[in-house]
Amino acid sequence: MENKILMKGTDALGEAAIRAGCECYFGYPITPQNEVPEYMARRMGEENLVFLQGESEIASINMLLGAAASGKRAMTSSSSPGISLKQEGLSFMAAMELPALIVNIVRGGPGLGNIAPSQGDYFQATRGGGHGDYRIPVYAPATIQEVYDLTMEAFDVADIFRTPVMILGDGMLGQMVEPIDMHPKKDLEMPAKDYILDGAEGRPSRIMKSLILDVREMEEHNWKLKRKYDLMQQELPKHEEFMTEDAKLVIIAFGTAARIAKGAVKRARSEGLQVGLLRPITLWPFPVEAIEKLANKTSLFLVFEMNTGQMIEDVRLALNGRVECEFYGRPGGVVPAPQEVQRIIERYWLQKEL
Amino acid sequence: MKKIYSRPKCLKDAIFHYCPGCGHSIIHRLVAELIDEMDLRGKIICIPPAGCAVLAYNYLDIDMCESAHGRGCAVATGFKRAQPDKLVLTYQGDGDMAAIGTAETIHAANRGERITSIFVNNAVYGMTGGQMAPTTILGQKTTTSPFGRREAFEGYPLMITDLIATMKGAAFVARNSLATPAKIKATKKSIKKAFEVQEAGLGYSLVEVLSPCPTNWKLSPIESFKYLEEIMEKEYPLKIFKDITKNKDSNI
Ligand SMILES: Cc1ncc(C[n+]2csc(CCOP(=O)(O)OP(=O)(O)O)c2C)c(N)n1
Ligand code: SF4
Repeated sequence: MENKILMKGTDALGEAAIRAGCECYFGYPITPQNEVPEYMARRMGEENLVFLQGESEIASINMLLGAAASGKRAMTSSSSPGISLKQEGLSFMAAMELPALIVNIVRGGPGLGNIAPSQGDYFQATRGGGHGDYRIPVYAPATIQEVYDLTMEAFDVADIFRTPVMILGDGMLGQMVEPIDMHPKKDLEMPAKDYILDGAEGRPSRIMKSLILDVREMEEHNWKLKRKYDLMQQELPKHEEFMTEDAKLVIIAFGTAARIAKGAVKRARSEGLQVGLLRPITLWPFPVEAIEKLANKTSLFLVFEMNTGQMIEDVRLALNGRVECEFYGRPGGVVPAPQEVQRIIERYWLQKEL
Repeated sequence: MKKIYSRPKCLKDAIFHYCPGCGHSIIHRLVAELIDEMDLRGKIICIPPAGCAVLAYNYLDIDMCESAHGRGCAVATGFKRAQPDKLVLTYQGDGDMAAIGTAETIHAANRGERITSIFVNNAVYGMTGGQMAPTTILGQKTTTSPFGRREAFEGYPLMITDLIATMKGAAFVARNSLATPAKIKATKKSIKKAFEVQEAGLGYSLVEVLSPCPTNWKLSPIESFKYLEEIMEKEYPLKIFKDITKNKDSNI
């Protein structure tokens, strides 16, 4: 516990970004993520870095694009309706292969919804979100330490793969306070940024664009991006397993839902039920291999999400019909207690005679 | 024999895709001449729009970063904040600047972003085939105002340049025209001033350029230059709206 200090989720995120070398922040207020721009306004100011409150999320994402084109590490944050507005810009950044961090502190939806913790944006986050044929890595932290670690990692992944990267959290994770180890950034060797725009002094001019009118050239660009996504799929998947060694029933949950599910697993274990938890940390690329491995020894999977069933599609794709898979969801911003999920576990345990 | 006219160094040796008589080609040339004359190639970044000028990077031999339709001033803001020592230029059409991108434009101007915008007003959406623009003149027929623009249905031409001139963050705001060689020269002068104002860090600078679109005006190139002078310039009077260097001790 020596070097640990108490930190709120949003502050840990902002501090990790600054320590990861983020030099520009652009954003627009929306609850429940206002603490991020507020933290950044103060800290970026202290560090003489760029903080700018845009006139909208659309403006902010395009400012982010401009800063990324200049070669600086940069980020934006928002919550669901604001992230919807950012999708055009995100698609452009994916097309132009520009690295940056986009944080979505998800709230209840659709529409204006509410400001409570939700996982309703899973589809939007993991399917690209905007128009066109693209993907971006999506990280779903479940603890404040992980918020800190994954924020740092996200900037590196963005630069290594030249891609926007998303962190998906919710208001609970943002507000929660936990002790964390604020280690400095890893010293990784990063690829040279030989694509940035800085004035064509003594070199040929560079063009950063996404308009590719020639269909064959566009197709080649699409396949080039696809090869990059394949590489990410090999290298990036991350997950945590908890008490899965002998588990007959495995819950699959991410983020806040996984914290609840872990509590439920502990309680069920104390009742003697062999249950475990698999928690995807990357939502895209999805930890398919880990699920495939567990499929060989698990009788039932139970997907628990704070929505009406989105990640379950990826779980079912990974299982490909080999093992039964059930769903339990609480959408709308409801955060159930572990006891509630424990009851669901027990119900299936009896029903399926595990 | 003395050579008195040649292709600017930073204008690529490429054939313009613009229609005959289009104003974009003239403005590109002016920008290229200024980049050469002011020795800006090593520090300028141009943000072309979605619009007929999206392919400006095929002609200008400088660093360029494409922007989504209307978002030029936001991209430019992000870039300039990250790299304050560069010269950042957005090149935008009337739809780009005054319809879909109104918010980005006004707020960049109001923050006094040290960027320059060239706003090419041809009173139509050129790239998408001649639909009504916010700057389409009352009575003007376009593919989406087939009976002519009517104030009761489509409202009035939007005077975004006048609006921006009221903003404290704007340092230089002018409206020029390409109607005659003398006016083209004046346009170049305004763009030069706009670059100088940015270099001096004084605030936002904007040059609106009234520019012909013969194809969508359904006029010959010669007729369209006449239309530019007789109709467009009546609706949009040529003017230096604002030049804060005039009231300052400044040698620019
Ligand atoms: C979000 C979005 N909406 C619409 C378009 C289609 N679009 C491309 S350019 C343009 C308008 C072009 O008109 P203008 O800005 O006046 O420039 P011009 O082509 O006349 O030079 C439109 C509507 C687009 N590219 N993106
Ligand atoms: S359509 Fe109009 S603006 Fe576009 S290139 Fe042709 S003349 Fe120029």
